[in-house]
Amino acid sequence: MTAVTAGRSTRGIVDLVFRARELSIVLALAVLVAVTAAANGNFLSAQGLKDIFLNAAILALLAVGQSFVVITRNIDLSVGSVVGLVAFTVGDVLAANQGLGVGVAIVLGIVIGCVCGLVNGLLVSFGKVPALVVTLGTLYVIQGLDHAIAHGRQINAVDLPRSVLSLGNGSVLGIPYLPLITVVVMLAVGYYLRSYASGRDFYAIGSSPEAAGLAGVPVRRRVMAAYLLSGALAGLGGVLWLARFGTVVADDAHGWELQVVSAVVVGGVAITGGVGTVYGAALGALLLTTITSALVVLKVNPFWQQAITGALLLLAISVDRVLALRVARILRRRNARHGS
Amino acid sequence: MAADVTAANSARAPLSRFLRWDILVGVLLVLVFAGGAIGSPEFANAGNLSFALGDLGEIALIALAMTLLVVAAEVDLSVASVLGLSSALVGHLWDAGWAIETIIPLVVVVGAVCGLVNGLLVTRLGLPSLAVTIGTLALYRGLAQVVLGDRAIAEFPQSYVNLAVNNVPGTPIPYPVALFAVLAVITAVTLHATGFGRALFAIGAQVEAAHFAGIRVKRIKLILFVVSGIVAAFAGVVYTLRYGSARADNGSGLELAVIAAVLLGGVDFDGGKGTLGGVIAGVLLIGLLRNLLMLNDVSTEIQSVVTGLLLVISVITPRLVAVARQRRRAPSPVMPTTPTP
Amino acid sequence: MTGAAEATAPHGPGTGDAPPVLALAGVSKSFGAVRALRDVSLELHAGEAHALAGENGAGKSTLVKTLSGVHRPDSGQVLMDGRPVEFHKPADAQRHGVAVIYQEPTMFPDLSVAENIFIGRQPRASLGRIDRGAMRARAAELFARLGVALDPEQPARGLSIADQQLVEIAKALSRDARVLIMDEPTAALSVNEVARLFTVVKALREQGCAVLFISHRLDEIFELCQRVTTLRDGAWIAGEAVAGLTHEALIRRMVGRDLDTLYPKLDAATGEVALKVHRLTREGVFTDVSFEVRRGEIVALAGLVGAGRSEVARAVFGVDRWDAGWVEVNGRRLPPASPTAAMSAGVALVPEDRRQQGLVMDQSIERNIGLTGLKRLRRGPVISRAAERDRARDWAIRLQLKFNRLSDAVNVLSGGNQQKVVLAKWLSTRPQVLIIDEPTRGIDVGTKAEVHRVLSELASDGMAVLMISSELPEVLGMADRVLVMQEGRLVAEIPRAEATEESVMTAAAGRTS
Repeated sequence: MTAVTAGRSTRGIVDLVFRARELSIVLALAVLVAVTAAANGNFLSAQGLKDIFLNAAILALLAVGQSFVVITRNIDLSVGSVVGLVAFTVGDVLAANQGLGVGVAIVLGIVIGCVCGLVNGLLVSFGKVPALVVTLGTLYVIQGLDHAIAHGRQINAVDLPRSVLSLGNGSVLGIPYLPLITVVVMLAVGYYLRSYASGRDFYAIGSSPEAAGLAGVPVRRRVMAAYLLSGALAGLGGVLWLARFGTVVADDAHGWELQVVSAVVVGGVAITGGVGTVYGAALGALLLTTITSALVVLKVNPFWQQAITGALLLLAISVDRVLALRVARILRRRNARHGS
Repeated sequence: MAADVTAANSARAPLSRFLRWDILVGVLLVLVFAGGAIGSPEFANAGNLSFALGDLGEIALIALAMTLLVVAAEVDLSVASVLGLSSALVGHLWDAGWAIETIIPLVVVVGAVCGLVNGLLVTRLGLPSLAVTIGTLALYRGLAQVVLGDRAIAEFPQSYVNLAVNNVPGTPIPYPVALFAVLAVITAVTLHATGFGRALFAIGAQVEAAHFAGIRVKRIKLILFVVSGIVAAFAGVVYTLRYGSARADNGSGLELAVIAAVLLGGVDFDGGKGTLGGVIAGVLLIGLLRNLLMLNDVSTEIQSVVTGLLLVISVITPRLVAVARQRRRAPSPVMPTTPTP
Repeated sequence: MTGAAEATAPHGPGTGDAPPVLALAGVSKSFGAVRALRDVSLELHAGEAHALAGENGAGKSTLVKTLSGVHRPDSGQVLMDGRPVEFHKPADAQRHGVAVIYQEPTMFPDLSVAENIFIGRQPRASLGRIDRGAMRARAAELFARLGVALDPEQPARGLSIADQQLVEIAKALSRDARVLIMDEPTAALSVNEVARLFTVVKALREQGCAVLFISHRLDEIFELCQRVTTLRDGAWIAGEAVAGLTHEALIRRMVGRDLDTLYPKLDAATGEVALKVHRLTREGVFTDVSFEVRRGEIVALAGLVGAGRSEVARAVFGVDRWDAGWVEVNGRRLPPASPTAAMSAGVALVPEDRRQQGLVMDQSIERNIGLTGLKRLRRGPVISRAAERDRARDWAIRLQLKFNRLSDAVNVLSGGNQQKVVLAKWLSTRPQVLIIDEPTRGIDVGTKAEVHRVLSELASDGMAVLMISSELPEVLGMADRVLVMQEGRLVAEIPRAEATEESVMTAAAGRTS
């Protein structure tokens, strides 16, 4: 009997810690929105809200892909450069072949993203090289390729097919396409991760790679899949980027990997793997974007944005760590009491 | 330069099982040098080499501190951001009318504080240094932007610019490179011949055993992060003066070149293995390759592709070699490890 | 029970004429120069519990890992139902119905208990979705079958080791495992937990499961098992029925020699108190531990694994922090959590885990020995290589270390020689108090005697020695006094004259007193 009661309250603690994360993001968002709206009513205008969701859409999409990788106790720093590469190359292809439509653009973008993800995945899962080093390397390789292809050129909105641009600006029933796509992808991925056996494997790998190997989980294949998905979503993100901004240069989305990682970690996906949801990650992305918009509305120096991103990331991992230590200590004491 | 490598190698590092990767890099360095000298006439003259070396200054300086960290199984990804923050501070304070003599010690202290923050988060909270320094990478670069915005400050006093650019009289060696040489010797001795160095290798190879042997693991790691911050901040001063321009985005991405150089030099990313001679060879190899690419009119973007590839190759090759060796040999004499009371 | 006893008559072929469910035939396995298994055979029959006995380093763990697909034999065969099989990885063995319960199971701390059981094989609803309700229900059903009260929804993080093992057994049940291998499952369990585990295992055995059981506690072997196979130094010694076997006979097979000659503790005059530990407490780990060790004395700290013995040693030496109490060395209080301070006060700790805590495995003999004396080896700012080498050579000779060159990495040495390097590393600090945790774990018989001789001499020279050991003969042979810990508390102090296997085990298991 004691085992059960102990178990129940343990579960209570652990649950609380993780539910607290998503709740606290929602709370932080609410406070942020309230304060900003009080200072400047325009913040909550239809246009203001639409801007925030449009801006958050791509970041959240990338955060969903990144969560997959981080849940397996890995990381993909190359996503920003993949977005840049895809935005430019797809834009280049579309500008040169006017007949192509939005479908081709999306397929092409995802294929390019998958190739990048494949390289990362192969190096990490079969080369057994630290993910951070590998993807830092591929980040620069992909960025360099992007520059080499662009060669200082710029893709202009006027050269792009109308169908692609309307993907970026259009809406259905008043809801813009971009956030709609992100929400659909998020729900699908979230459902898969929660409700399919292969989805649970990703959590198992991140929770204990050794135990996963012993339990017969195909570790390499799953890690590979995580990178492929992250690459594919980065590719899709690149196409959305092109559609939203129309005008792209080789430098686009550089440095975004930090925002994406921050969003994921702030959203409660543990950097040590095994814990977190894509919903949390997407919420984290929404929070970061809202902060950026709020800074503009509150007329704070926009140069603060990156510093705040970094500080939030540090805060998130520190809080996770402190909470984990607390839980461990509580469990230690409880076990002791039951032991004697 | 090759003499330098062998000198440091004779300090028998525990890498001997490993095909002597650092010697391999040294040989590769000589080959690239020879190839460059034959292939392009402008390469092997004193003027160009002195320029190539000077261009490496900051990377080389930071690589010294990074080597110590990686040997102790930690890493500092925020170095380029500390460099940027330092550069932004130099520019901002100079613009505000401060004297360079005051500015330099001040930014070095700021660098130490940056390193201290990294170190405290790693040692006190037990967070992985990769995660911490990727956060401070964003934070410090962000602070640089806060300090300087998108301004660019120029026109620093000529006497200081000269120090950063000119050669030591009578030699083709720029002052920063001379400084690097001195620091490299000090670092090599520290790493390979002192108790502190022994402690670093022990921490990197088996942190628990080091702790059990009475080595103050946390304190030593904290020191390493502070040193890394100081060196990066000082490199920021050199960078600013050398280019004569302070900008918030100075040195963006430099951490990659530094880590590539260190790993290329045969330091194991998992810690506990490596030689400073190897790292110096790695730094020079990257510098010469960049210089050759530049002389052949290859764009800077392709240069970053080359750096990225070198990084990936330098981490993956030792693993492949290790796997190949394991296949050939019977599994290492590791007894089954389930504890039996 | 009688049926089982009949089936295990010395020459009987198990249950009827059925081939053994799982068997090893003439298996050998080497790791580098170490021959861990030499031509070992073993048969596991349905409905029978089979014990594997042997000292540390006898090859028991290697045998388990061969059966479970972690290792592949260099020669010989693994047979299932009489047919040769090859397990390339643990998953292969699992597919064939072989389940292993380790002393400390590997779980997914972030997943629920139910998911830990069913990972990769979750019950499915339509469209391949996981049927969480069914998963929960089936886990609850398994726990009911095992008669344990665990909540399938709670996360595995924070489960006690005993509960983790039960989850592993539930997992084995869910896979319809035909062979259950248990590698020292009781080592870290309390008496009640062992009783609960045995009830479960006996029920499984009666349902037709073949069980391979490893334990150091002979009582448990006699209680649970019908047959026993004994290994010594990697070689097969005997395979026989438990019925009719005495404790003494089994010990003789395991040890293969006369116990008394092995532990030559010399009588030494005991001096003043060197180490005094007063009401030391680390919350949740050990409570209110007080004792003294005098010069010239060897005090053994006995108890079951998990009783908190190593943890006390770690706290005394400063590797872990203590929450209350104090430690005095030669009358001076030690600051908490500082190995450096403990070392300069004259304390040395030879830790329990050589590979992780005692040695830097990739580094050379001389560097490992020098690591505790970096200050003393300094000439100016740099380390004197000559001094480092002299120090290493000096101690290598005194401890009769077998090596090629002092610059060889310690990972090429045998376990016994590695232990000598650890000893050299610490004795070269000239300690006054030596804490030594499992001094002879996993080392060969000859070296064992040498280590014991060294310890005895050190005590004669006036060193205070605190020895933690799980090997009762070692405790009884070496110690002047035996302190016994049980579940984090010091429960008994037994002088040499009164220390017997029974008195120490009784105190350790908490059955009486």
